[in-house]
Amino acid sequence: MIEVDITKRIKTYKGWEDLKVKTQFDMGKITRITGPSGVGKTTLLKIIAGLITPELGAIKFNGNTWFDAEKKFSKKIQDRKVGFVFQDYALFPNMTVEAHLAYGTKDQTYINELLELGEMENFRQHLPGQLSGGQQQRLAILRALSTKPVLLLMDESFSALDKELKGKLMTKLQALFLVQGTTVLVVTHHDEVFDQSSAIFRLED
Amino acid sequence: MDFEPIYLSLKLALITTAILLVIGIPVAYWLSGKSTMAKIILEALITMPLVLPPSVLGFYLLLAFSPNNGFGKWLHEHLNLQLVFSFEGLVFASIIYSLPFMISPVKSAFSHLPETLAQASYTMGKTRWQTFIYVLLPNIKASIYTAAVLTFAHTLGEFGVVLMIGGNIPGVTKVASIAIYDAVETMDYHAANQYALILFAITFAIVLAVFIFNKKAVKNPFE
Repeated sequence: MIEVDITKRIKTYKGWEDLKVKTQFDMGKITRITGPSGVGKTTLLKIIAGLITPELGAIKFNGNTWFDAEKKFSKKIQDRKVGFVFQDYALFPNMTVEAHLAYGTKDQTYINELLELGEMENFRQHLPGQLSGGQQQRLAILRALSTKPVLLLMDESFSALDKELKGKLMTKLQALFLVQGTTVLVVTHHDEVFDQSSAIFRLED
Repeated sequence: MDFEPIYLSLKLALITTAILLVIGIPVAYWLSGKSTMAKIILEALITMPLVLPPSVLGFYLLLAFSPNNGFGKWLHEHLNLQLVFSFEGLVFASIIYSLPFMISPVKSAFSHLPETLAQASYTMGKTRWQTFIYVLLPNIKASIYTAAVLTFAHTLGEFGVVLMIGGNIPGVTKVASIAIYDAVETMDYHAANQYALILFAITFAIVLAVFIFNKKAVKNPFE
């Protein structure tokens, strides 16, 4: 169980507001996080990853404290073993497709599996600048998986993919999550993203 | 023609650039982070040589390096180092004088990298150091080359500060720009022309190389 009970002051289009979240996410499951634009969905993912520090509250992952404002404790980002698929992809312009994955794992067999999963075997030596938007998005997903994270945080990670590819990729990903026991939180505006197998958490204003 | 001043100029520019690369990149990285009052003050100080008359900087460095005053006295007594009228003094002064040429472009390049780049690396378990070496530095390579070349070219053309700190000692502090001044003073326009032409050619070649490199380099993927 991921227990989140935090308050973070965030800047919205209305001005400064408190993002208050108190919820639990099931382990080994996919949860879709939905809600209106600007409500703080990305901020919530970044708080869970340790990239943003909330003012108040605590986060527990499977009983282990990841963050506790009262005790002034925050587990290092590097030690949380999360994978993060950024909305802007955040690909490294200096690294080829294969180098992106090798940055996360030295296991060449796993790298090949990921490339196959994302249908990117023929783009191993391509730099991000040489890829289409959809290919870049797939690479961002594969890179996040390269470290075999216990928790995968996905921020609008299928928006650049066509319907057919999206469906195929989601099926393959679900199989991988099952094997690796990955817990997944997906921020999305699209109803078709992991629609059959996921729980929904709606973040309200 | 005496090539010693040209050799001294090149040696000074090379040493200054090498030292500034080592000092400047970490300082630029630190400055590109979250803004604080200390960083703003330091950045203003680093930028000062761009607008300050070289004679003003040279005068204060001369006072600071003097073996009769605090810092210079300490250097002389503890390290047996005399910076006034010495090549070491020129290097020290050049580092201060060329600081903005190294730090400003590199700091600007670091600031323009999206913050998610480093964040992505951290979530992959990489440390700040690994992220710096494998992700951040390679993606500002073009700016580092530009900064290094500008620093080199700027040091090559130094005059005011060099004259104040080093004077005109042949083989020690008489760099090419001083040799030109010296030759003109003694009406030896032929020698002045030779030195000036060589400096012009070297500087032009360097600046041209930067333009060619920047044209060939991969365009900034973040723009």
